[in-house]
Amino acid sequence: MALVDVKGVSFAYGAGEFRRQVLNNVDFSVDRGEIVILTGPSGSGKTTLLTILGGLRLAVTGSAVVLGRELVNSDENVRMGVRRQIGYIFQQHNLFWPLTAVENVCMALELDDRLSEAERRQRAGEMLTEVGLADHLDRRPKQLSGGQRQRVAIARALVSRPKLVLADEPTASLDKASGHEAVNILKRLAKDYGATILLVTHDYRILDIADRIITLEDGAITPQSVPSS
Amino acid sequence: MTPFPTFFFAARLAWRQLTYDKPKLIAATLGVLFASVLVFMQLGFLDSLYASAVSAPIKMRADLFVLHKQTEALWRPVQFERSALMRALGHPDVRAVYPMYVSLGQFKNMDTHIQRTLMVYGYDLNGDLIDDVDICARADDLKRQDVALFDIASRPEFGPVSEQISKGRDVTEVNGRRIKIVGTFRMGTTFAADGNVVTSDLNFHRIFPQRAFDKIDLGFVLLNPGSDVRKAQADLLALMGQEMRVFDYNELVEFEKGYWENSAPMGFIFGFGVVMGLVVGMVIVYQILFTDVSNNLSQYATLKAMGYSQFYLQLVVLSSAIYLALLGFALGLGLSVALYRLAEQEIFIPFPMPLGKIATVFAFILTMCSLAGALAIRRLKAANPADMF
Repeated sequence: MALVDVKGVSFAYGAGEFRRQVLNNVDFSVDRGEIVILTGPSGSGKTTLLTILGGLRLAVTGSAVVLGRELVNSDENVRMGVRRQIGYIFQQHNLFWPLTAVENVCMALELDDRLSEAERRQRAGEMLTEVGLADHLDRRPKQLSGGQRQRVAIARALVSRPKLVLADEPTASLDKASGHEAVNILKRLAKDYGATILLVTHDYRILDIADRIITLEDGAITPQSVPSS
Repeated sequence: MTPFPTFFFAARLAWRQLTYDKPKLIAATLGVLFASVLVFMQLGFLDSLYASAVSAPIKMRADLFVLHKQTEALWRPVQFERSALMRALGHPDVRAVYPMYVSLGQFKNMDTHIQRTLMVYGYDLNGDLIDDVDICARADDLKRQDVALFDIASRPEFGPVSEQISKGRDVTEVNGRRIKIVGTFRMGTTFAADGNVVTSDLNFHRIFPQRAFDKIDLGFVLLNPGSDVRKAQADLLALMGQEMRVFDYNELVEFEKGYWENSAPMGFIFGFGVVMGLVVGMVIVYQILFTDVSNNLSQYATLKAMGYSQFYLQLVVLSSAIYLALLGFALGLGLSVALYRLAEQEIFIPFPMPLGKIATVFAFILTMCSLAGALAIRRLKAANPADMF
């Protein structure tokens, strides 16, 4: 069964003469464990699609079943429930400056009542070790490089073992080496934990990590969308 | 997430955010401290004003007191006919009546010979009208000609009178008349007078020869034991006519307090100071919290995306506001206690700091910070995780 199943989703911003159609009858699905890159020119609707699938924006037309829950015309509680099972990686790391790396990662675990404080710290430390930051657990974002910060953000997105990771231009603020390192870590950990990744990017240098590439143009999926291999 | 961890995690994040940027924390704390000190000082002045205003009336002893209706306060009485007070003797419950004379006079410092204004109280010593151990003990001495008792809680500009008396230097001038100070008592300065002197009604007229004996400032009415004070008050009011006021003890004290509260603009001025302090404090705290939320908007949006509720984020902001209230108030209380001591030394009026006042000011400060936090929370609406992509 597909982890993400999108059928006939359309979306428009504004109303009346200011209405701008962004997505037109989009159909696609993502299977469990797949790494899918969503690409396309600016304004093609890929970020809007990602926010709808992440439960961050409400679509009213079509069907978008994510992690078994229908998000189109859903209420906030349903979307919040889905959001808690998704790992998000943004263009910017969005880390809290006063918190250390391990405390930032712990933020993703504080929603889980079943874990003790010690268990949270241990899991956050292990995840940071996985992303190569074992020696930087107690450093604040200010004391880390841009690539290291993004790796902390990746650790934060994956520490709760989400079934789905949504990433938006995760390499946009990184140099080539750091960007490649970050996505390779993301790919390795996703495979290790069986997570599915849906990644929006313009960065052609990282297309090779994808199992499948979907291209959006003018709010519709183009026929060129193919497996990356 | 269950409620306790939600509060705990939100409060912990707020504390870390607040203490991370030290200059910001100092600025915000100073803002709350400033508001706390301003409110404490305004309330301190207001309380001391009221406390000092009633320092004379609370020592007066009678069942009923008679004043002219146009009298606004005891320190500026409108005189009335002694005969009007005597009419009260016609009431079957009235045991005795006594007049009191009150006027501002010039007291000469025995060392510097500089004259300074104080309040002179003259009364019929047979009446035992002032509830003060020292005055009662010296009542017989006061019956002698040209003698008076001096209030040792008066401002120091009148000289070390107590010390001078013990050294035998006890003669000075009050309104240019030689007066022997035969003892001291303690009453306290007021916003109207820097000191007090008590003497007999006869000596009062020697000091103020221009004052007519039959024009009095305050009348004391003593009732027979077991009399109905309320009924007697109503009867006397009818008996004395529309131009007079008849108060019981509590009404007299409240009347004096009410002058400063309402007739004089003091109550309004100090009350306005309290409001201004709170408004300025609220603006400072709001600005700090608003900037803090704005600077962390993307982080808050990320938390929302991760599944944190709007309520959690609101708790973070409110916790910051409460921390600021606690920090600023604690420091403000310490500084205010020191300033109260300083004010007491400088203006010789008591500045009490009872627990009730501390609790009241803390409630003000907590409300001020909570309101600032509630206003800053509106900014959280802009933390839209969809905009992070």
